[in-house]
Amino acid sequence: MKSHEDALIRLFHVYKRYGAHNALFDISLDIFKNEFLFLAGPSGAGKSTLLKLLFLGETLSEGQILIDRMNLARVSPKRTPELRRKLGIIFQDFKLIPTKTVYENVALVLEARGMGSKFIQKKVSSVLRTVGMEDRKKSFPPGLSGGEQQKVAVARAVVGEPKIVLADEPTGSLDAESAEAILNLLTNIHARGATVLVATHDQELIHSTKGRVIQLKEGKLIA
Amino acid sequence: MKLFFFKRALQDILDNRFLNTVTVITIALSVLIVSSFALFFTNANELLDTWKKGIRALVYLDPSANEANRLDLKYNIQQLEGVSEARFISRKDALDQMRVQMGRQASLLEGLESNPLPDAFEVRLKPESQTMADIERLSSAIEALPHINKVEYGQQWIGKFTSIINVFKFVGYAMGGLFLVATLFIVANTVRLVLYSRQEEIAIMRLVGATDRFIKFPFYIQGLALGGVGGMIGMSGLYIAFYFISQKFHNSLSAELLEMHFLNLEIIAAIVAGSMLVGWVGCFVSLKQFLKS
Repeated sequence: MKSHEDALIRLFHVYKRYGAHNALFDISLDIFKNEFLFLAGPSGAGKSTLLKLLFLGETLSEGQILIDRMNLARVSPKRTPELRRKLGIIFQDFKLIPTKTVYENVALVLEARGMGSKFIQKKVSSVLRTVGMEDRKKSFPPGLSGGEQQKVAVARAVVGEPKIVLADEPTGSLDAESAEAILNLLTNIHARGATVLVATHDQELIHSTKGRVIQLKEGKLIA
Repeated sequence: MKLFFFKRALQDILDNRFLNTVTVITIALSVLIVSSFALFFTNANELLDTWKKGIRALVYLDPSANEANRLDLKYNIQQLEGVSEARFISRKDALDQMRVQMGRQASLLEGLESNPLPDAFEVRLKPESQTMADIERLSSAIEALPHINKVEYGQQWIGKFTSIINVFKFVGYAMGGLFLVATLFIVANTVRLVLYSRQEEIAIMRLVGATDRFIKFPFYIQGLALGGVGGMIGMSGLYIAFYFISQKFHNSLSAELLEMHFLNLEIIAAIVAGSMLVGWVGCFVSLKQFLKS
């Protein structure tokens, strides 16, 4: 039996309010190292808001969140990059820079960490090969299909070998084949030791993978 | 890593060519105007120094002064502090000299019934005593001696010239200040526009763990580059203008009297460094505001 102290991510009575509306209501949750966890629930349940709180895309209204012993309520703006380097984030809308090539988008993560160009070249090529996008490395995101953009987003999320991968509706707008490819990538990342947290309303995706499922409804944790 | 920053700065400049060209031209024009004033001061001060160095006082004697008085006066003037030499010019020698100087127009002097010029001493000063204060002090001391009618040392026009230079100096400082503010504003605005056009990109950079330093550095390089290039273009423009103007001056006026010099290397370097600093400050201000929001 794992204790609270073993948790890599710990949410303790977390609230997020937008005016009078409670987007998240009293969420307490422990996520452990190398867990594969689904945040399930219909649209508007608060899944994306919860992920945003984890990468400081939003600030907490109440409660505490600890990630790898960092208390997010006390993380100063100067230390935000330190937190984000522990995370690999896959956004619902990919968030790729349209004016940069596939290679440059993925390399940016390592450049921001001050890595040498030879290391970056080797690492980025290897990750792009893994996601099957090496031959498109000189392409720009607007020229790629949704599935290809999502693969690039996955590559960018994992290239820095983060402890935690957060994925927001990673298969949301993809066809079945692309969705399966993305899911395989996520399970591979998990197999390499990362903790993977996937927010999705796709029941098929949830049933096709072994992992803990947390249900959210109207901002509340129901299971 | 450093190469990456330079590459990104260069990419930013190329991506926003029009905006950056306008900024460089504005910086260049500001530098051109401000350094024109610097060039004017340098040359005007040099000219003034040359005039002051060659300065001599002409001491006109009272017609009643006889040979003995003149000898006494010469001795007394030479005893005064700061005097290097007192040369007597008789009224006859003065008239002869005038005839030579007038050349063909010397015939005008033929009709004179008597020599109107007075006897005089030409007093030269020691190099260390050539300030306006020294000259004024010496002039008063000479005027206090007996048989002295008048002492002239061109004080009025030197004073006027100094006043004109001072007015220009004031205008130069004021214009320099104004252009500095205008340039700062334009650089800051250019960077702000670039930042807004890259708002999404910067947000994504932050999401993948980029620090503010990582985001800022290429912009600082960009600001320094814009300032440096603008400064150099401005200085080159000034040099070209100076070259043509000095050529014309050289042909039309006495080269010895008005020899013009371009700004020395230290001043050029200081002006270019100053424009780089302006570029950097413009970036700094914009980035500070932008990243705070």
